[in-house]
Amino acid sequence: MEQAYAIEMLHITKRFPGIVANDDITLQLKKGEIHALLGENGAGKSTLMSVLFGLYQAEEGVIKKDGKEVEIKDPNDANRLGIGMVHQHFKLVECFSVLDNIILGDEPTSKGGFLRKDAARKKIVELSDKYGLSVDPDALIEDITVGMQQRTEILKMLYRENEILIFDEPTAVLTPQEIEELMQIMKNLSKEGKSILFISHKLNEIMEVADRCTVLRKGKYIGTVEIKDTSKEELSHMMVGRDVDFVVHKEEAKPGDVILDVEGMTVASKVHHNNAVRNVSFKVRAGEIVCIAGIDGNGQTELVYGLTGLEPLKEGKITLCGRDITHASIRDRNTHGMSHIPEDRHKHGLVLDYSLEYNMVLQRYFEPQFVSGAGFLKRKNIREYSDKLIEQYDVRSGQGSVTIARSMSGGNQQKAIVAREIDKEPELLVAVQPTRGLDVGAIEYIHKQLVAVRDAGRAVLLVSLELDEVMSVSDRILVMYEGEIVGELDPKKTTVEELGLYMAGAKRNEVAK
Amino acid sequence: MRKFMKNNAVQSILISVLCIILGMLIGYIVLLFIEPSGAADAILSVIKNFFFYPEGAVRTKYFGATLVKTAPLVMCSLSILFAYKVGLFNIGAAGQYVAGAALGIYAALALGCNWFICLLLATAAGAALGALTGALKAYCNVNEVISGIMLNWIALYSTNMLLTGVKNPNTPYTINISAKNPDALLPTLGLDTLLNNKYASVAIPLVILIVLLIWVILSKTKFGYELRATGLNKNAAKYCGMKEKRNIIVTLIISGALAGMGAAFLYLTDIEQWQCSASSVPAMGFNGIAAAFLGCLDPIGSLLSSFFIQHITSGGGYVDKTVYCSQISDLISSIIIYLCGFVLFFREYINRRIALREERELENALEAAKAEDSDNKGGEGK
Repeated sequence: MEQAYAIEMLHITKRFPGIVANDDITLQLKKGEIHALLGENGAGKSTLMSVLFGLYQAEEGVIKKDGKEVEIKDPNDANRLGIGMVHQHFKLVECFSVLDNIILGDEPTSKGGFLRKDAARKKIVELSDKYGLSVDPDALIEDITVGMQQRTEILKMLYRENEILIFDEPTAVLTPQEIEELMQIMKNLSKEGKSILFISHKLNEIMEVADRCTVLRKGKYIGTVEIKDTSKEELSHMMVGRDVDFVVHKEEAKPGDVILDVEGMTVASKVHHNNAVRNVSFKVRAGEIVCIAGIDGNGQTELVYGLTGLEPLKEGKITLCGRDITHASIRDRNTHGMSHIPEDRHKHGLVLDYSLEYNMVLQRYFEPQFVSGAGFLKRKNIREYSDKLIEQYDVRSGQGSVTIARSMSGGNQQKAIVAREIDKEPELLVAVQPTRGLDVGAIEYIHKQLVAVRDAGRAVLLVSLELDEVMSVSDRILVMYEGEIVGELDPKKTTVEELGLYMAGAKRNEVAK
Repeated sequence: MRKFMKNNAVQSILISVLCIILGMLIGYIVLLFIEPSGAADAILSVIKNFFFYPEGAVRTKYFGATLVKTAPLVMCSLSILFAYKVGLFNIGAAGQYVAGAALGIYAALALGCNWFICLLLATAAGAALGALTGALKAYCNVNEVISGIMLNWIALYSTNMLLTGVKNPNTPYTINISAKNPDALLPTLGLDTLLNNKYASVAIPLVILIVLLIWVILSKTKFGYELRATGLNKNAAKYCGMKEKRNIIVTLIISGALAGMGAAFLYLTDIEQWQCSASSVPAMGFNGIAAAFLGCLDPIGSLLSSFFIQHITSGGGYVDKTVYCSQISDLISSIIIYLCGFVLFFREYINRRIALREERELENALEAAKAEDSDNKGGEGK
């Protein structure tokens, strides 16, 4: 009526065997607006975007571009209609320059088939200036920051003269400062008439940048609201279907004895010649949650590998409960007070083709209660134990203990791992990104569990990339930057901005040596 | 019906049978191209095998012969299957089989050992070669396929060298064990009279026991739990502290032992002698791969599939050699065996069909629910 729609997805329904991924969903993107698409994992956001990109065909509903009905059969059709997307995981060639990456797939050539980069370079520089992207077209992707890589992706869409820009969870990999800049860029783009679809589950960002917001829940369309008329609480209520506690309730920490003592840990990197972890020392005490914060790829993964025994240390010493475990085997660590919720639940945490009950005993199948002296598994005991954990930790699955782990939802897979690791009653719980990819309800649950472990007088080492999580769950923050601990902060006395400076390497304090 | 089709075991059997029929069909078409007049007869003789003979006693005898040769094939397919469960492709089973043959025959002919010692030595030889492949894989990260193929050749020529010492001077074959050292022959337990075949021995019931043993180990024990976990997700196995290196070596030792024992089950019956001028590894080890896959990587399945493969291989001997050249029987059986590789492909196809039909039914159910809903407003039926 008042304003023309750039793209309209009307009454889209897409079914998969067993579930309705999109049930009568309507999404209308106005020209020049920033429209947020909000929903938990599994709410149907990705499916809806895949329909828009022609990766799936909807069974019902129509897609309209500028009021005219269009058919999108494959991503090429979407491209022709001017729809572009910045994926969560960038699709860039590491050893190519920014310029080469931008023209990739749409290379300007002379008649003889030779590349003509001059015109492309001119266009890219112009676009970069116009939107304040300040990207150097000749820098190699592997040399520039993640934020710059993201801008390269944005330039790629602009170079192709896309009118509808989709950002899929764009802030997950950025520092607070970079997020700030991205928000500005998005605003500039919309001012120039580009229509932006912003997929996110971070309410703060949506409140700051978006004009309108469409909320999905469990494949259903919940509603579209004007951001200026709504609040964070209302949005989260729409998203989850109930009120959500944003604050993690916990008492003051009462740190006790030192449980974990790491001295001068150095771990070699698998990808480059430098050490991934350099001379890192820290202590974790009973009854506290220590959080290792930092941007992805600053040595956190290797630190955990070194700690849990997945990779050998180059130098340094690890003491757990007063016992030197520097050279102990993984099994030794696992059975002597260490539990590990791994970063990648599919790679390390689960045997996906095993049943849930077999996964529940992955860390203790060798105990006498589960295996007889002759080496036969005691299936009845395994079943009972698994049923107990499922009940106690509310792990939901299709067929209970006999469900194949692969068929479970990500949240419940993670719950199963959390149950398994916490039920071991470890002295030290190493939790690496325990809430990655989970919905708000599951996140709330796992945070509660972490605090419960702490309150039971055990030590928790949390590695997280989510600033909200770092600030709300931890009792003490250690910031990692390029393999070193560059700062120790108290979450009650610091701000997200200060944390961001440490994470970006712009600031360091010498307290943490 | 659909539930029945979704059942894993039912699917496995169905798919294997489908592969067999398809293999026969293609074999038949190939025969038609070569010489149309005898094609039907030829394919029938392959299928009939020992039914070729009209009299019962002779039939039993050749049925026995097929069983005798099935025993080593089952062992080879178990060898492949066991390693495969741990994520290893033990193509070296062929070489481990050869090593078993070498030590088994040598112990029988040159050392004059009794059958039990010969069987143990053959098993140990296969195990040792498996251990070598396993150690290379675990400690030097040498791909087990590459080292397996290399070791196949090393095993072959070493065996030729070793067994030339006990060769029959007039033929390229080793001396008959029955003539030189009858103690080394596997005990017959009366099976020879039952099957009317002097080569039938304790190997046949032993194989069935070993199949059950492997099945129990894989599905009921802690060891099997670890092995399968390692095969399904090496990283998770490491994460929970399983000794993956040790598991790789132990797996290949067992796998090699199975293949080596398989060789003893053939040569210690004296049904065949080793050809000291052999320039290629016996096909038994490789056929084990086909048998393992046709049996859907299940111990009991591989028992059945091994029998079938041996059945058509023996049946190939009855094809009229005046119409077709003598390699034709091998060609047909290899076409069928090759088709066995499609087992996984067909499984995928069937599952996709089932999923598709379920989706359609769901849609219909939804339509029906909608219609009902508009009739009477209320209730949120699932």
